[in-house]
Amino acid sequence: MSNTKTFVYINRKAPYGTVYALESLEVVLIGAAFEQNVKLVFMDDGVFQLTNAQDPEGIGMKNFSKTYAALGDYDINQIYIDQQSLDDRGLTIDDLQALVYEDEDDDWNEKSSIHLVNREQLSDIIDSADVLLNF
Amino acid sequence: MPLDVNGTNYETDEEGYLANLSDWAPDVAEALAASDGAELADGHWEVINFLREYYEEYQIAPAVRVLTKAIGKRLGKDKGNSKYLYELFPYGPAKQACKYAGLPKPTGCV
Repeated sequence: MSNTKTFVYINRKAPYGTVYALESLEVVLIGAAFEQNVKLVFMDDGVFQLTNAQDPEGIGMKNFSKTYAALGDYDINQIYIDQQSLDDRGLTIDDLQALVYEDEDDDWNEKSSIHLVNREQLSDIIDSADVLLNF
Repeated sequence: MPLDVNGTNYETDEEGYLANLSDWAPDVAEALAASDGAELADGHWEVINFLREYYEEYQIAPAVRVLTKAIGKRLGKDKGNSKYLYELFPYGPAKQACKYAGLPKPTGCV
């Protein structure tokens, strides 16, 4: 019997100003050691966590947005972006950084980890969770 | 406890990791290793330089599993395995190599 569970992490808050985004990322990276089925959702202001060209130096914060690009190395490659949240904020997928992983089970090519989803698909993702963590 | 390198004192934490990333230089790495009774050879430097590049790009020190895989890709399969890395860094490749590379202790590492 498999002990693998589906973990869904929902990221809803802007990257700086609160510690939620960074904490979520750290939990995801630490949790990756347990080789579970991990899905990340970015919705509401959480979509700003993945925006390109962040520069938080002026507010004395480390630019941890670069760390999302390492998720592929940690075998985390199911990343879902809520289309509605992008639309509501005047953003498109091109405003977000590209996240890729190397497909070791197939042809070893780099593939995109990012999937745009609508609210119906989002509820299916949430429904698939054995463990749901909301940040 | 400060680390003395040729008369300059560098601030370190209670486990001997450098307090400031920007203090790092090759001779500081040598001194960090010496304080553990270790000496750095080419094999060590390959891993240390890799870690510094990884940190520069991703702003994190990689977990040991990720490090092993990435070293294999970069330096060849004969080096991308735990046995080789533990021979170089017997206190745990990620932990010990990160220390000499002047990086923070890896998040949730062994």
